[in-house]
Amino acid sequence: MTIIAIDWAFIVEKLIMIAIVVFASLGIALYTTFGERKVAAILQDRPGPSRVGPFGLFQPLADGLKLIMKEEIIPNAANKWLFILGPGLAMTASLMTCAVIPWGSAVDVFGRHVALQIADVNIGILYVFAVVSMGVYGIMIGGWASNNKFSLMSSLRAASQAISYELAMGLALIALLMTTGSLSLKTIVEQQVSGRYWNIVYQPLGFLLFFITALAECNRTPFDLPEAENELNFGYHQEYSSMKLGFYLFAEYINMIMSSAIMASMYFGGYDLPFFNEASVAPNIAALIGVGTLLIKIVMFIFLFMWIRWTIPRFRYDQLMNLGWKTMIPLALFNLLLTGAVILAKL
Amino acid sequence: MSTLEILFYALSAFAIVSAIMVLVSKNPIHSVLWLILVFFAISGHYILLNAQFLAIVNIIVYAGAIMVLFLFVIMLMNVKKDSEPQKQLLVKFTGVIAGGSFLTLLIALVKQTSQLQGKQVLLKEGTIGLIHPLGKALFSDYVVPFEISSVLFLSAMVGAVIIGKK
Repeated sequence: MTIIAIDWAFIVEKLIMIAIVVFASLGIALYTTFGERKVAAILQDRPGPSRVGPFGLFQPLADGLKLIMKEEIIPNAANKWLFILGPGLAMTASLMTCAVIPWGSAVDVFGRHVALQIADVNIGILYVFAVVSMGVYGIMIGGWASNNKFSLMSSLRAASQAISYELAMGLALIALLMTTGSLSLKTIVEQQVSGRYWNIVYQPLGFLLFFITALAECNRTPFDLPEAENELNFGYHQEYSSMKLGFYLFAEYINMIMSSAIMASMYFGGYDLPFFNEASVAPNIAALIGVGTLLIKIVMFIFLFMWIRWTIPRFRYDQLMNLGWKTMIPLALFNLLLTGAVILAKL
Repeated sequence: MSTLEILFYALSAFAIVSAIMVLVSKNPIHSVLWLILVFFAISGHYILLNAQFLAIVNIIVYAGAIMVLFLFVIMLMNVKKDSEPQKQLLVKFTGVIAGGSFLTLLIALVKQTSQLQGKQVLLKEGTIGLIHPLGKALFSDYVVPFEISSVLFLSAMVGAVIIGKK
């Protein structure tokens, strides 16, 4: 007698997918830290990490080991539970985004047709938006629970920055949605694979706005005011040590990967390899080529993020707010109007 | 029991426990965090009702935006556990009795309503909560109330800017 009727194969399939995606993102994030240091080194004309392993390739493993081995310190005045909850929330929120990203078309394994996406929900982009708005909590709770005024200042900065730039991000997205007519990331990518040009052709201004807001949401330079060390010592994670600090630093890199994946999917065709007919090879190989293409696009975006970080100095806080409210939002509204007008003219 | 029912009862228990914790917590920040969990549980209920759009908007607007403002205010006011006024036992008892009577009244009213008797909630059915039917309904059948409410929001925004400038 079955008490609960569940398609167990489906659950196992999804669990395996989740495990693969989560561990792959963690692995990529690990090597993104290495990439960041190498890119910084190249831009500043120095060798960068080169001692651990060939070309310094084992450096991230050594860093990770160092973080885990450090002593865990919870300050006396801290709120213990929230202090522990903060980094966990930051990490969870950044990993949750991966659920709606289509990593490839579909593969046939053991007679099952497996779509390379954890969940194709018809509100995909709104889901991403909701998770992004959750990401603030990890920083705010961590900063407050540390019971340190610099941490609190920094977490308030981070939260107000995130809220300000979320608006422009949403408006840039709405313009894109008006041209695609769907909120599902899968549908948006499929449209770009079959026939339609990449969305960057229809929404160049929208992409620029989205890219800038993504930089701000990931707390990357020039928007890394929450970590402005010359004003705030170290930022919202000042009191953190060991792997709790590691979680905060790691969450930032995972955010970077996820926003790169979303930008690639929404504006740059996702897993679409240009000038290549997917029907000319076996479906499984085509899907793998698609995954590889998406990964290359993600790496290119991450490189762009790093390039900007090591080129442009950080904003002042009033400049950041002025840019967000007085430049980005009016531009996004203008883009919205323009898109609407073009759609109406085409009807 | 079907999977849906199990999910329904689990979510309901989660919502009720979190809601009680909102009231019981001494620390206002903890209350806010429990309240966020309540919103998540309610969003889960929306998903069971096949209203994905409502679920996600509930998270974006309530859990994502409004509660962040709550947190901001409480953090900046720096409310401490000991500075919060402790109520007397008698006041607490009165509150519990009054609230309990009101709850009984509400339950009695809901149980008497003839439209609700012998009915069950339709889980995972209907499409009105999905984004296409909802958008169609808002922009065709209910376009006037929808536009009026957006003008209301706009005036609230203008008001907030004016107050902020003073």
